[in-house]
Amino acid sequence: MTTTLSRPEIEYRLEAVEPSAPVAAPRLWQRHAGLRKAAIVALLALLWEIAARIAGNDLLLPSFLQTARAFATDLLDGELPGKAALSLALLLQGYLLGTLLAFALTALASSSRLGRELLSTLAAMFNPLPAIALLPLALLWFGLGKASLIFVLVHSVLWPLALAMHAGFQAVPETLRMTGRNYGLRGLRYVLLVLAPAALPAILSGLRIGWAFAWRTLIAAELFFGASSGKGGLGWYIFQNRNELYTDRVFAGLACVVLIGLLVENLGFETLERLTVRRWGMQR
Amino acid sequence: MGAALALVRDDGPAPVAAPAPALLQVAGVSLEYVAQDRIVRATHRVSFEVQRGDRFVLLGPSGCGKSSLLKAIGGFLAPTEGEIRLAGAAVREPGPDRIAVFQEFDQLPPWKTVLANVMFPLRTARRLPRAEAREHAMQALVRVGLADFAEAYPHTLSGGMKQRVAIARALAMQPTVLLMDEPFAALDALTRRRMQELLGLWADAPFTLIFVTHSIEEALVVGNRILLLSPHPGRVRAELDAQRFGLHSAGSADFQAQARRIHRLLFEEDRPA
Repeated sequence: MTTTLSRPEIEYRLEAVEPSAPVAAPRLWQRHAGLRKAAIVALLALLWEIAARIAGNDLLLPSFLQTARAFATDLLDGELPGKAALSLALLLQGYLLGTLLAFALTALASSSRLGRELLSTLAAMFNPLPAIALLPLALLWFGLGKASLIFVLVHSVLWPLALAMHAGFQAVPETLRMTGRNYGLRGLRYVLLVLAPAALPAILSGLRIGWAFAWRTLIAAELFFGASSGKGGLGWYIFQNRNELYTDRVFAGLACVVLIGLLVENLGFETLERLTVRRWGMQR
Repeated sequence: MGAALALVRDDGPAPVAAPAPALLQVAGVSLEYVAQDRIVRATHRVSFEVQRGDRFVLLGPSGCGKSSLLKAIGGFLAPTEGEIRLAGAAVREPGPDRIAVFQEFDQLPPWKTVLANVMFPLRTARRLPRAEAREHAMQALVRVGLADFAEAYPHTLSGGMKQRVAIARALAMQPTVLLMDEPFAALDALTRRRMQELLGLWADAPFTLIFVTHSIEEALVVGNRILLLSPHPGRVRAELDAQRFGLHSAGSADFQAQARRIHRLLFEEDRPA
């Protein structure tokens, strides 16, 4: 009962098969993530318009169209671009400085045990501290102006980025490390030629988080002491218009913050990822 | 114990010609590593010598410390006892005179194309000008049959092709010794055979190879000299000749007999009398 049936053996002739066929071209909708994202934004704008019309209170919730009008007006008379440029210039300085410091701290942490403990202790202490909470102190130290803002910006970028970078360095496969050391690479050359590119997915995600944190911090900081600074950025624009009850312009300012965020995310980071980690198969 | 470790030379080949100073000397090397707050001894006073042009195989079951020995020769692991000398100088740290090919597929930086991967050590360690590095790299890729994939990124290659790139990269460097840690272990048998044919090709341009494996057949085919290691901790069980075996003697009676002998040495008579 337990014996299996003897079955005939068969040999097949291999069929000739085309080695590769072209992939069917995807439809427009499937090809462009940007198109899908734009549709999402348009839907949200529509919901906003409907909600505003139901609420019927321009002072509390101006409609999408009103906001768009205020946005267009201030865009054309150069007020909004000017404020945005001020904010962005400051943001870039703080962001770059924070990135450099994060890189230095991470390089130190990956080359010595003391450096590692320094990073993890400092990050554990300062990462949970909101940058805005340091602003009064910064104002005391650096006075009203750029230096104070850059200080809090650096604080908001440095810790999350250093932590992400360090995690990325730690995750570099042992084989790749040994390969680098095999070629006699040491110190900064080893970090730059092996560790940093190998940790690029983590570094990019850290840069993204850092960018968002920096943006938030900057707008909040400008709101905070906008009243006493003669020349404010976007935060100051929002603050000023709220004081004067131009709620549509408050919304226009907020929309500007959001738009810049979207642009940097989709043009900047997306492109960077496509050209690097996705092309290299390190990230899908 | 001492008797069991003595070098057996019953049916060995003709005695080796007058010994030239060995290229690589491993003298009484003990290796230890820490695993969960216990010190584990990987090898115990292992000694052997590798001559220039050898295809020297470290053979043994898992736990015999063969990979650790290779890492120590590579300079990645410092011996707790004994010394390793390469061309007269003590080995203290990793260096481009000993290029390693690892078992893992992730030894190729994914951000570099195949060509850039092969050029990488030529540029960073040997500091060749770009054009010259490129030329060397292309030659090495031609030798392993991957010239058509020079511009491909590693993630688009199969495992076997990645290993061949790693081998091309090592060959292009023309190291004093080439260290290979079971480079074919994760590949299927057919590719392994192709790799072994490649090794035969390299005999045309001889170089010194130290090769780690747990496969008796692979050791006999690839090596001209085999160091047998017994496990826990790794100790030298025998040093055998395999000069006379190649891919085409794999089925011969002599080959089978030597394979059986190795099996017996490793697995049957490993208890001290």
